[in-house]
Order: sequence, then structure tokens, then C-alpha cells
Amino acid sequence: MNIEVRQPERGAKARVKIFDCDIHPKSALEDLRPYLSNRWWSYLQTYGQRQRHGYVKGFPYPKSQPLASRRDSWPPGGGLPASDLDFMREQHLDLYGIEYGIMNPLSPTGQGEQNDELSAALAFAANEDQLARWNAREPRLKASVVIPYENGELAVQEIRRRAGDRRFAHVLFLSRTSELLGKRRYWPIFEAAVEAGLPVGVHVFGSSGRPMSNSGWPSFYIEEITEHSASLQASVASLIVEGAFERYPELKIVLIEAGFAWLPSLGWRLDQNWKRMKDEVPHLRRAPSEYLREHFWVSTQPMEEAEDPDHVIDVMQWIGWDRILFASDYPHWDFDDPFLALPPSLSEERRGKIYSGNAKALYRFE
Amino acid sequence: MAKHVVAAVGEIPPGTRKLAQVNGRAIVVFNLGGEFFALNNRCPHRGGSLHHGSQTGLVESDGPGRYCYSRPGEIIRCPWHGWEFDIRTGQSWCDPSRVRARRYAVSVERGGGLVAGPYVAETVPVTVENDYVVVDA
Repeated sequence: MNIEVRQPERGAKARVKIFDCDIHPKSALEDLRPYLSNRWWSYLQTYGQRQRHGYVKGFPYPKSQPLASRRDSWPPGGGLPASDLDFMREQHLDLYGIEYGIMNPLSPTGQGEQNDELSAALAFAANEDQLARWNAREPRLKASVVIPYENGELAVQEIRRRAGDRRFAHVLFLSRTSELLGKRRYWPIFEAAVEAGLPVGVHVFGSSGRPMSNSGWPSFYIEEITEHSASLQASVASLIVEGAFERYPELKIVLIEAGFAWLPSLGWRLDQNWKRMKDEVPHLRRAPSEYLREHFWVSTQPMEEAEDPDHVIDVMQWIGWDRILFASDYPHWDFDDPFLALPPSLSEERRGKIYSGNAKALYRFE
Repeated sequence: MAKHVVAAVGEIPPGTRKLAQVNGRAIVVFNLGGEFFALNNRCPHRGGSLHHGSQTGLVESDGPGRYCYSRPGEIIRCPWHGWEFDIRTGQSWCDPSRVRARRYAVSVERGGGLVAGPYVAETVPVTVENDYVVVDA
């Protein structure tokens, strides 16, 4: 009954090399068991995890498809979406000719866990799991250094443990940190990432314990998913204005799944106010938009869909053709098809940069 | 356009659907209470497989706080981005003026009337005793 149909053109297009900057492999807590001490395994059985929001075992907002996943991504052999490497190969890696993919595991990873020591133990286990169950079997999949980002000291330990290991592509944050990302409590993490030569990826979601808006929790999922970019704007402004890039000139931030059409207006407004209030932030030696263009990369998914595609091109032009990285978000419901996501009018050169060239340069994979 | 046998009628009971291959095209055939409809399986938004979506109803509102749920099972919701299409017409409920799922004519024909024509049985052995679902594509 379930005939998977291959479009005839896929074979030809698959020759385009694709570097997918956002893939979400799924592991069960039991998969992390080999890398957790008896102490933490026992603790998890007794007390469980505690995210910074209520309803620990569920999402703060229900999703629009089960487990926020494509309905066709549940493996035929059973298990959760993106938990079966063979099916991920068939449905995604091989179908689209993915040359490299970056794994950004979302749970269980311990990120945002209230108990710092448990957060660190789970992050370590999630990193070992990415290597053993995924990268070792499929070297195209590069790992993220998952860190207990609410505790700088423990996060730095995990980054240093992974420094120099080329199986890891970047250090991973979720965007809903408990304080704005530019605050100094996070600076040791940036320092360790720079020392390790790793970019810092910031993927939307996470649980800060605070609502998306400063007027409480929105009523609808459509608001939550749309406002990820709004909430991330505050952290982008914070990173710039607090001076993180003056302190760490080598710091590279990748914004993942946040959209990108909002970046120009954020840059314009910051620049306008900076001209008026330079003496409030004298540590900024350049216009905020210059830091924005120099230190940030953006992933494409969920691709902006403007009524007039040229408007998207204009925004991409402002951000910079060397700053935009293709991402699919496989297996999630708002997945972007690699062959259909980019505006059709893009030149081959720009297409090549977005599909692969920019990510290879940033992550230094050749 | 040519007629293609895609299933025996009993193979697609009311409320179910079947994915068929017709001349290399994937077409999903729905049975809504005994009436058959066929749409191109490829979602016109971003290419998801409509066959893997969920069948739902039509939710309409003429103002905040007032809702009407009608036509249960007559809307197919794409398994990826959730775009909804009217199974009867292919019309998009997200962007009706610009997007439509391609629709194909479907008929039910007696096996005896089919054997003379150049019909292609894609997925079922053709016998003349039954009624068959035929897609014009």
C-alpha cells in the first residue's frame, strides 16, 4: 500500500552536493544508558528530568503533527522518526544525495535541565551516542557538542573533552536560554568554543521557563512557532551589544531554524539607536550590523516564503551570499525539500554556496 | 489522457485511500462514502506525499469564538507542512487562489466493459467479474 514514489528528476538533481546543517537524529533515553553512570541512571529512574517548564514529559505547546515530525517519517520497522539510520538513509541522506549532515539532537540531551550535574551527564551521554550510534555507522553525519549550557564550568569541560575531534561540527545551544545569550555567564562557553575552533550553533526551542512574550504565554502553537525568531532577536542583540564579539573576535554563531528575513530590520534598528546612544555601550567599536554580518550565519529552513520571491533575494543579499546555509530539519514536519526550498531564480553559483560551499568553509569539511 | 485501472472497488473501502502509479505518476485515490476521487500525490506546496497525510474535516469560522466543523474526512492534510486540500476538487484551503492539487477524473466500471480497451492494470489482477476504479490520467 505504501509505495514510496521517486520523482524522476531526483536522480539527476541528487548530483548537486548538499550539506544539510540541521538533521535531528532521535535517541531514546535507553540508548544513552551505556554512557550514564549507575548513579545517574538510577536517579533518572527515581526522579526523572526537569525542564524549565511545567509538564516535563510533554511539549509546552502541542505540535501540528505527531512528535512534530513528518507523518511519512515513522520508520516502517517501528520506532520514532529519525531513530532508524537505514530509513533515514533511504528517505533522506541517499534520496537527496546529502554529502554531509549536522546532527542537532534535541532530546534527550539534558540541555536546560535544572539539575546541572544531571544536565552535564546527559550531554556527555548524548555526545557519545551521536558518535557510536550515528557517526560511526554513517560518517556523513557530523555531531554537535551538546553542552549543559546553563552551567558554564560544566559546559566548558564538555567542549574541552571534544576539542580537536573532527567528528564534531559545532557547539550546540538551544535558543531559549534562561538569560539572554550575550550575558557573561555564557562567555566561558564562547571562549572554549573559540579555543576548540568550533562555531556555536543556536537552534530554536528549549525551555527557559519563561513565556515567549513578555505578556505571558500565547494561546496558539502558530504564535509559539512564529515567535521563535522574535525571541531569538533579543539574544542576537544581546550578543552584539554586550560585546561578546569584541571579547571573542573569532566567535562564529550559526542561527538554526530561526528564519532570517528579520535580520536586516534588526540591524537597521540597532544601528539607528547605536548612533544615538554610543556612550551607553562604548565597548562597541563598530555599528551593530557589522557584527551581525561578520559573526552570524543563518540556516535556510524554514525557508522564508514571500509573495514576491525577489524580496527573499533582497534579504539574502543583505545578509551575504556566503552566510546562508542549507538546512532541511529532517524529520520534522516543517522539513524543507532540498530540491524545492531555494528560490528558483538563484544563480548556480549562489545555489552551490548555499547548498554546500558556505557550510564547508565554515565547518572546514572538505 | 487515458484510462487506467487502479484497483478493484472492494480494495478501497469508504474512508480509505490508495496510492497508485499511473504512467510513472503517483496518484492517490480516495473513497468518500462510496464516491471516488483522485489527486496527484505530490503536494503542490513543497512536494510532500499527500497519501501519507491525514484525512480531516473542514473547520470554518465567521468570527472569533464561532466555529463550524463540517465535511469530516473530505480534507487531506499534507504530512509535511499541513497544507489542506479539498479531496473532491483539489482546492487548497491555504492559498485557494494560487494553489490546487492536481485532480484526475475517476470512474467505476464493470470488468466486462474494460477488457476490450487498452487498459493497464497497475496493481491488481484484472478479472471481468468485478467493478474497477478507473483513473483518467
